[in-house]
Amino acid sequence: MNSTLKKKLHDSLVEILRKTSAELPDDVFEAIESGRKIEESGSSAKYAMDIICDNVGIAKRKSQPLCQDTGTVLFYIHFPQKTDFDELQNLIKKAVVTATKKGYLRQNSVDSITGKNSGNNIGPGAPVIHAEPWKKEDFEIKLMLKGGGCENVGAQYSLPDSRVGAGRDLKGVEKCILDAVQNAQGKGCGPGILGVCIGGDRGTGYAASKEQFLRKIGDRNRDATLAALEARVTEEANQLGIGPMGFGGKTTLLATKVTALNRVPASFFVSVSYMCWAFRRQGARVNKKGEIQKWLY
Amino acid sequence: MALLEKIDGAYQLIEPFTEEKVRSLRVGDMVEITGELLTGRDAVHKWLDSGNEPPESEVRLKNSIIYHCGPVMMKKGKKWVATAAGPTTSIREEPYQAKIIEKFGLKAVIGKGGMGEKTKIACKNFGCVYLHAVGGAAQVLAERITSVDGVFGLEQFGSPEAIWKLKVERFPVVVTIDAHGNSLHQEIEAESGEKLKEVISKIGK
Ligand code: SF4
Repeated sequence: MNSTLKKKLHDSLVEILRKTSAELPDDVFEAIESGRKIEESGSSAKYAMDIICDNVGIAKRKSQPLCQDTGTVLFYIHFPQKTDFDELQNLIKKAVVTATKKGYLRQNSVDSITGKNSGNNIGPGAPVIHAEPWKKEDFEIKLMLKGGGCENVGAQYSLPDSRVGAGRDLKGVEKCILDAVQNAQGKGCGPGILGVCIGGDRGTGYAASKEQFLRKIGDRNRDATLAALEARVTEEANQLGIGPMGFGGKTTLLATKVTALNRVPASFFVSVSYMCWAFRRQGARVNKKGEIQKWLY
Repeated sequence: MALLEKIDGAYQLIEPFTEEKVRSLRVGDMVEITGELLTGRDAVHKWLDSGNEPPESEVRLKNSIIYHCGPVMMKKGKKWVATAAGPTTSIREEPYQAKIIEKFGLKAVIGKGGMGEKTKIACKNFGCVYLHAVGGAAQVLAERITSVDGVFGLEQFGSPEAIWKLKVERFPVVVTIDAHGNSLHQEIEAESGEKLKEVISKIGK
């Protein structure tokens, strides 16, 4: 990469970080808006949804973090085959450092042994970079900022699970997901969005469940069975009456997104990731000159 | 007549905070606070629990409201400004909270996610309430802070853990543990647990 390309790519990455931290994507905001509309006026659920909507507006206007927990920084990238991957990785880290200095990201990366904060969001495993080369000439850069509160309420089930009464079938899967919603109440800053993976191993299952958050809220699963499961679980979860922040109400889940991976016969995992209402994800196509061409969400 | 005035559905809890005022609140009530909040999280709770206390001249804990929050503070000239000030998870302070409520006569504790049995009992016995702020609403809450009137323990605890004195106006919260032994968290959890059983039995084997 020549220095002009590096400079431009760095600036584009910083802009993606800024926008992700300060602005809720339209598809998420629409879902929140519809939740707000169905909550009864005068209820604490409505009150919470009003505050959430105000918060989204202020953060965008002031270009300030939507939530002070700017979370784990996860990149999902496609890059042109001829790109020097080491250089790209270094550029991403540099952009994260810049974004931290500018206050788009909080100092949020702590050494797990010493407890020391690195101060710049860089360290082993931080940021998380998933990257694959592709045949195109431009870059696709997607970013997710996932807060700690909602990450803490993710759950993984190994079927059969007698506590939940879940066997090794789709009904069992459905029960596990609902159990996870019940246990997350009040903790993950709901209303939430679920990403679920059926199968895989413990590692790939969780990773795939998180990748479900890259899908738009309103999209439809191409697999008809999973599409039906997604709709059913969301509806059932909203019957539980947990509501925004766990105050009670109708809006417990905004959406559920499910995928499946093959498993070995001996294992049957259901991995559930929970995303809070402060669902920060963005993405952009960045051309070969390093300039943002179009936003993806 | 109700003790606290209601504006747009929210009870106005205005300093001075008194036992009578907080005892008039019930779980589920929406409340807006005007007055001083003191931030405090893990380090401060541990420190207070070990028998320490700040000098009265710097921080008046008596009858105060503690806010579980590690704000993002910026110095503009000589003044501090909170750029983000959302609540942090309260349950981490459960081992200490009851004792601190009793010792300092706290009138309210603000945070998110609710607290446990010990805090609930302390609220009932000593006339305190647990108020739930909207998690993640860092910007709305920061805007309701009209001034930062000082800080205690900045060196000792670091910025997010220090005791910041925040003047707030119409700071929005919901009562989730009242001073009468009720916990909205426990109520909702029990109700949704029942509902879950129904839904799961409908799914069948
Ligand atoms: S769960 Fe989400 S909204 Fe709540 S504090 Fe964490 S990042 Fe913010």
